[in-house]
Amino acid sequence: MSNRPVPLLVARDLVKAHGSTPALRGARLELAAGEIVAVTGASGSGKSTLLHCLAGIVRPDGGAVTYAGERVDALPERRLSELRRTDFGVVFQFGQLIPELTALDNVALPLMLAGTAREAAQERAAGWLERFGAGERPGLRPGELSGGQAQRVALARALVTGPRVVFADEPTGALDSLASEQVMTALVHTARETGAAVLVVTHDAQVAAYADREVRLQDGVTAGLEVCA
Amino acid sequence: MSTRHILLALLAKGPSHGYDLKRRHDDHFPQARPLAYGQVYTTLQRLVRDGLAEVAGTDADGGPERTLYRLTADGSREATDWAGQVTPPAPFVTNEIFAKVVVAILTGGDPAAHLLAQRAAHMDRMRELTALKTAPSAELGTVLAADYALNHLDADLRWMTTTQARLTTLTAVTVEVDRA
Repeated sequence: MSNRPVPLLVARDLVKAHGSTPALRGARLELAAGEIVAVTGASGSGKSTLLHCLAGIVRPDGGAVTYAGERVDALPERRLSELRRTDFGVVFQFGQLIPELTALDNVALPLMLAGTAREAAQERAAGWLERFGAGERPGLRPGELSGGQAQRVALARALVTGPRVVFADEPTGALDSLASEQVMTALVHTARETGAAVLVVTHDAQVAAYADREVRLQDGVTAGLEVCA
Repeated sequence: MSTRHILLALLAKGPSHGYDLKRRHDDHFPQARPLAYGQVYTTLQRLVRDGLAEVAGTDADGGPERTLYRLTADGSREATDWAGQVTPPAPFVTNEIFAKVVVAILTGGDPAAHLLAQRAAHMDRMRELTALKTAPSAELGTVLAADYALNHLDADLRWMTTTQARLTTLTAVTVEVDRA
């Protein structure tokens, strides 16, 4: 354990309740730069809540989330938004693409929000769509894409800004096995190429098998395989 | 699995000798245990004895002389029949992991810890197979074999997860029965 790389993202003793229902009861996790970790567990075990706390989408009630030395759980909203724009990429189960925008503009949007001019943003977005095998018809809107295509567009959108950490919450939850394989292969190969770390939440062991290791959650507690000291 | 029928199916492509059949078997089933030469020759002799294959001559090809075998009409029929038959789903539930968990419950061991350790071993193997099938150079035979193995390991894992969830109830019932 001593030769493990310095972790980029660390969660210690996270506690979070939704109303009176506890979701996390002391979860711990470490993610090193470039590492791919799968968080697994039954529904209701707290997997998505853990991802949301790590990505700064929700604040934990207790415990600490540290990213590159910075306490994510204590950051002001403005700095959090900046972090989510520049360092983090997020993919959800149903892509959550903007329905009114084309696939190309969905991918270009994070770049434009970060200040890149529209044309340059679209050019880079087209390259990322190509990379994920979704570049053939960039003018289609999300409603015109299959589930697998939409997820590949969502992956391109999550990676277009060159994030250091990609958070994927059940990214293949709505896909059949072959589409799921394409999405996971694209995600893992791209993460390996760019050096991005990936935290993928899944209930599917075959998806978890794409990761370097598994952290298992049971009733809001990480069970046995996490590596926090 | 029936080596006899696999060899019949391989012979259906034309006369072949033992060495070639072994090589083709290992190519087509890359994740299976490689076929032993001894087993190939014993099986071929039995196929000849049963009238399903016959000696078609010898082939030296610059090296030692090798016996060529070919299918008979009966052999060809047998191979087609076998390939078309629906495989009966396993009638008995026998599996080492299942047995060990039952034994752990019966002897007051720690089935939950055993299941966790077994899960880690299964996940290690699933990671290996996933890397194998998603490698750019992976051939169809490897991908199909890896898919097959992954789905079976996944089924084991789902059973283990359900069992873990049931353990409290199961142990409670065992304690009740012991008390009665």
